[in-house]
Amino acid sequence: MTQKTDKAALSRRQILGGTAATIGGMAVAPLAGATDPNPLNLPPNVPEWTPYLGVGVDATPYGVPSEHESHVIRRNVEWLTASAESSVNFTPIQDLDGTITPNGLCFERHHGGVPEVIPADYRLMINGLVDRELIFTIDDLKRFPQVNRFHFLECAANGGMEWRGAQLNGCQYTFGMVHNVQYSGVLLSDICREAGVKPSAKWVLAEGGDSAGMNRSVPIEKILDDCMIAYSMNGEALRPEQGYPARLVVPGWEGNMWIKWIRRLEFGDEPYMAREETSKYTDLMEDGKARMFTWVMEAKSVVTSPSPEKHIMSKGQNLLKGLAWSGRGKIRRVDVSIDGGLNWQTAKIHGPILGKSLTRFTMPFKWNGEELKVQSRAMDETGYVQPTIEALQKERGVKSIYHNNSIATWLVKSTGEVENVRLG
Amino acid sequence: MYVLVEKNMVLRAFSVAWLSICLTFVFVAGVNAADRPFGLGSLATTEQVSGWDIDVRPDGKGAPIGSGNAIEGEEIYAERCAACHGDFGEGIDRWPILAGGLGSLTSEDPVKTVGSYWPYASTAYDYIYRAMPFGEAQSLTHNETYQVVAYILNMSDIIDEEFILSNETIGKVKMPNQKGFMMPDPRPDGQPKGNPCMSNCSVPTKVIGRARSIDVTPDKE
Repeated sequence: MTQKTDKAALSRRQILGGTAATIGGMAVAPLAGATDPNPLNLPPNVPEWTPYLGVGVDATPYGVPSEHESHVIRRNVEWLTASAESSVNFTPIQDLDGTITPNGLCFERHHGGVPEVIPADYRLMINGLVDRELIFTIDDLKRFPQVNRFHFLECAANGGMEWRGAQLNGCQYTFGMVHNVQYSGVLLSDICREAGVKPSAKWVLAEGGDSAGMNRSVPIEKILDDCMIAYSMNGEALRPEQGYPARLVVPGWEGNMWIKWIRRLEFGDEPYMAREETSKYTDLMEDGKARMFTWVMEAKSVVTSPSPEKHIMSKGQNLLKGLAWSGRGKIRRVDVSIDGGLNWQTAKIHGPILGKSLTRFTMPFKWNGEELKVQSRAMDETGYVQPTIEALQKERGVKSIYHNNSIATWLVKSTGEVENVRLG
Repeated sequence: MYVLVEKNMVLRAFSVAWLSICLTFVFVAGVNAADRPFGLGSLATTEQVSGWDIDVRPDGKGAPIGSGNAIEGEEIYAERCAACHGDFGEGIDRWPILAGGLGSLTSEDPVKTVGSYWPYASTAYDYIYRAMPFGEAQSLTHNETYQVVAYILNMSDIIDEEFILSNETIGKVKMPNQKGFMMPDPRPDGQPKGNPCMSNCSVPTKVIGRARSIDVTPDKE
């Protein structure tokens, strides 16, 4: 497949940098954020941090990143929402490697702020069409058999600002409503067995204990398939902003359903038609009708570097990096184009390749100062192909807000600067 | 013989005690924890469930006993809601618009309000009782909630101002956009025919829009 890609706009030598002969080697002018090195710290001098003792253990009992990484933070777009308590911020995916999102960088979306739940007073109630209505403490939940699973969580509105055109100039702002962590917790199928779900139960209302009382209906098939009540993320207790002490995990489905601070699961025979699943997370089409219960997050990918925040700093050898994911299962393949989609090359995808979890891809390339239009296109194990924005607009128009999983384009200019652009 | 009788009596006494312990447990808890697969958690009492089971379904299931009309709701709305949503439900700043927007869903700029978009009146009750006023969740009484919902529905002319909204009637209110929603999910859509193109693809590659020129991206620091 890669052998067929030797058309004019895409040279195999450029893309397969490892074996290429030409190396530019000429650095572009330092861009914003780059710091000039201090010659006194460079060979043959002894750097300033070497002669003296550093701080001892426990200087930071809970470790924090280097002060030189202070730019790697969640960011929000203030004008998007009316208040910080009902708002969203974005994961700095452009600054991360691998597939695991550090807990402190997982994007936040709250509808009534972060409640301060006292774990000793936390309760999960099971009621409705069950043989036994039950109440669990957090300790009860931790005594159930445990599962440990990696899953991405993506907000259905990730990329929602980009339906009509390129609007936000950042990888973080256009793709950052996603994170990927390892959850430890209880399978809901086990909790269902404990309560004895009646055959007439077809829907589950999951409800949070926050000031929004966030509630969503989940079909029983999904609940029994792979949903979890998680109490840990990446090995430690859930962060308060991620639902401490327990949250619902709905693998592959839109983040709004992953009820945080979960306090209740009600089993019923019909959907509950809560505010979020009627007036909000529904997708308005051109004819004025809206799609409802569009739960799956379809396959998507993004080049995280180069990207609007990650300019190309030097000519010659470079590394393209990106993330791909699918709510339907595993990522099978990711293709990359540097000419706006005319020609594609298959990127290297790195293991572990897990279902409904972020997958990392990379591609070495050479850059000599030419303009690039960088895109990526994910395919999942069901054969689903990440669509173009034109294809989605043709089906859905531009007013649906949610579920924009289209291919984005980063324009790399001759200076190495990168911009979010729309092609047409 | 004597010994045997004594043993039997002891055994008999023991089983009676055991039975009464079990019965006590059944009486108090309804079912033995040991009968459950894991024996975890405790049985919820009716009182516990009723305090938390606040959801209301489209058919009115779950609607608490109570009632109110728009006339009664006007004062509460003005006091508790209008600061964010505006006197006429028009929405202040970026707070949600509650009324109007009818017929706008096919326009370039759809206005999705309770009146123009929400499919069920029950949703307004469910949401307002659990989450409103913003930052004062579950502070309205049931009657006040019916009154406010009636007021909001009346703002979009869905019910008249004297209509008594109650646990009996909330499931019967017809919303203008009730038939405006499509299920099931028709995706996947927007898929290429055959295998995805790998070379010399027919795609537009001219830059027609730049996020930078729109200039709404926050500055980094």
